[in-house]
This record gives sequence, structure tokens and C-alpha cells, in this order.
Amino acid sequence: MAEIQQNSGGGGKGGKKRAKKMSTKIDMTPMVDLAFLLLTFFMLTTTFSKPTVMQVTMPVKPKDKTEQSEIKASNAFTILLGENNKVYYYDGLLSADTKPELKLSSYDANGIRKELLSRRSNKDLVVLIKPDDKSNYKNMVDILDEMNITDQRKYALVDISKADVDLIKSSEL
Amino acid sequence: MTPMVDLAFLLVTFFMLTTKFAPEEAVVVETPSSTSEIRLPDAHVVTVAIDKDKRIFFGIGDDEIKDEVLKQVGAKYGISFTPKQVQAFRGAGASFGTPIEKLPALLNLDPEKRKEVTQDGIPADSTNNQLMEWVVTARSLSQKQFNAAPYIAIKGDGQADVPTVKKVIKLMQEKNINRFNLITDLETKPVAGK
Repeated sequence: MAEIQQNSGGGGKGGKKRAKKMSTKIDMTPMVDLAFLLLTFFMLTTTFSKPTVMQVTMPVKPKDKTEQSEIKASNAFTILLGENNKVYYYDGLLSADTKPELKLSSYDANGIRKELLSRRSNKDLVVLIKPDDKSNYKNMVDILDEMNITDQRKYALVDISKADVDLIKSSEL
Repeated sequence: MTPMVDLAFLLVTFFMLTTKFAPEEAVVVETPSSTSEIRLPDAHVVTVAIDKDKRIFFGIGDDEIKDEVLKQVGAKYGISFTPKQVQAFRGAGASFGTPIEKLPALLNLDPEKRKEVTQDGIPADSTNNQLMEWVVTARSLSQKQFNAAPYIAIKGDGQADVPTVKKVIKLMQEKNINRFNLITDLETKPVAGK
């Protein structure tokens, strides 16, 4: 490595006695130590993965009421995000005279995902996501993620109504 | 040993050059995870962070427009900043969460002290809507400077409450911003249909 060729200069005599041949090899150990220290430091601090993003596009505000379309009850599927990581769902729409049956589900693979997949045959299905004020942001992201996983075509984030809150309360799930 | 050392130095150089230190955040936000694989773009990002105490923070990714945004928003509220404060703002990490009235005082502190200050969030209600002022100013300047609307990224804490998030989204919609990016961590995608 860092060796200097001593016997340059013709190589004629070579018989002359030098004082004492000093080794020109450098002790590299500290340098290597430092190199590895730096290596470990940078390896551990590097963040290769940038955070990912989930795109959400909200509908443009309708200019007047007539632009808003009504959803048929047969195509509606409502998911309610409740407190303590609970999630409820019901088919159809809630109105004064019809009270759909509220069911409890969960965020794991066998919970709401199964329900969404079983309704995939309906091409016009609209999923209404209504986060309760007591649910947290993680629930919202989770459910939007379920939409991506199950390839829902139409879904919307909707404000929860008083009737929905009452429905959760009265069902005692 | 020589080849090993060569390799070690090669790796050191590689990591040194590729490392980009994460800018210091004014707030700790634990983002929830999702299966989305879209990466956050490098440039032109405007971040609105919401922490679990309902505080709202604002950050501009592009250094080029930071100064101008600060000056313009300051002018709207009748607050002028000294060049030194502008300089401090530029270096003041990724985001901040102080009402604009308290911003000069915060910027006067030296960086070490600034970290210890608990910021109380940017006001974002109908009477005092500073958040939208920041967002709208950043958006128009970004449009002018780079000819591109910035990505509006919402960085919410997993424990953040829904009303605050919804409020932010509503305010944005009022300003005709309908496209958001929710910052999340990566999670492996489960196979649907199984």
C-alpha cells in the first residue's frame, strides 16, 4: 500500500550501508476505525424512504343545490367511524321513516374489508364515510386506505348527522 | 485489509453524499400508516401539520419563497420583520405554529432557545384565519415563482381529532383547494379479495 520503492536510482551499487531502514508502512488502524464509525453513523441516520402520501380529492363546492345528485338508497353504503376505534356500517340511507340495521365491524382484514368486498358486485355503489367527532384521524386514514385496498370507485367523506349519532347511541353496539 | 478499507470508504462517501438530514420539526407528529405508494414530492410542498393537541402548524418546503411569504403575510397583519428575523425564519426548521403576532418574538430567540418554546398553534377559525392566509399566500407565490401550484400536504397525528382535520379541509375547500395529500407511513399492501 503506502510503500515507497526504496531501491530506485539505477540499482548500481546497493552496497552502501544505510543507518537503519525505517518502515514506511503507516498504521492504518485508527483511520479504519474512523472510517467505520462514520460508515455506521451515516448508515443509521440515512432515511431512504420518504413519507408516502395518500391523495384525497374533495368535490368542488356545488354552485347551487340542483347540481348535487341524490344517491339511490340501494346503492348507498354508509360507514360510521365511532369513538374508541369502533366502526359501524349500514346499507341504504337513513331517513325519518326507514331505520337501517346498524352493524359493528372492525378495521382489520376480516372486518370492514370483507363487507366492502362482498358489495363489489354493485357497480354503482357509493360509500359514504362519516367520521364521528370522537373518532381520530388514524381511523379516517385507515378507512380511506380500505377504499384504496378494495378499489372503491365512488366514496365520499361526509359530515356525520345527528340521526347517525343517535343511531349509534340507540344501537348500543 | 486494503480492499476492505477501500470498500468502507466508498460506502462512507456514498452515505455522506446521499444523506439528507431531516429538517427539524417544531412538533412531533406520528403519522398513521397507509398502503399508498405515492411518494411525497421533493419540492413545492406546503405542509399543514396537526398534532394531537389540536394545534396547527404550517411549513413551506421551498426556501426561495419563504422570505416573501413571511413579508406578505406580515404586511397583511401590519407586522414588519427585520432582515435578521427573516433570516431566522428561513433557517427555522420545517414548520412553525405561532400566531403571527408572536412570530417576531419567537424569531428573536436564538435557535437553541426556540426549540424549548411551546408553540400554541396557528389560529384557524372564522374570525382569525391566519392559517389560510399563509396557505393562500404560499400558493400564489409558488404559482408565480415556479409556475406550479404547491402540493398541499396534511400531516396529521394518528391521535389528532377529526373535527380539527375536517375544519382544515373545509377551510381549504372554501379557498377552492380540493386536492390534498395526507402524509402517511408506508405499510405493505394486503392482497384484496382473499
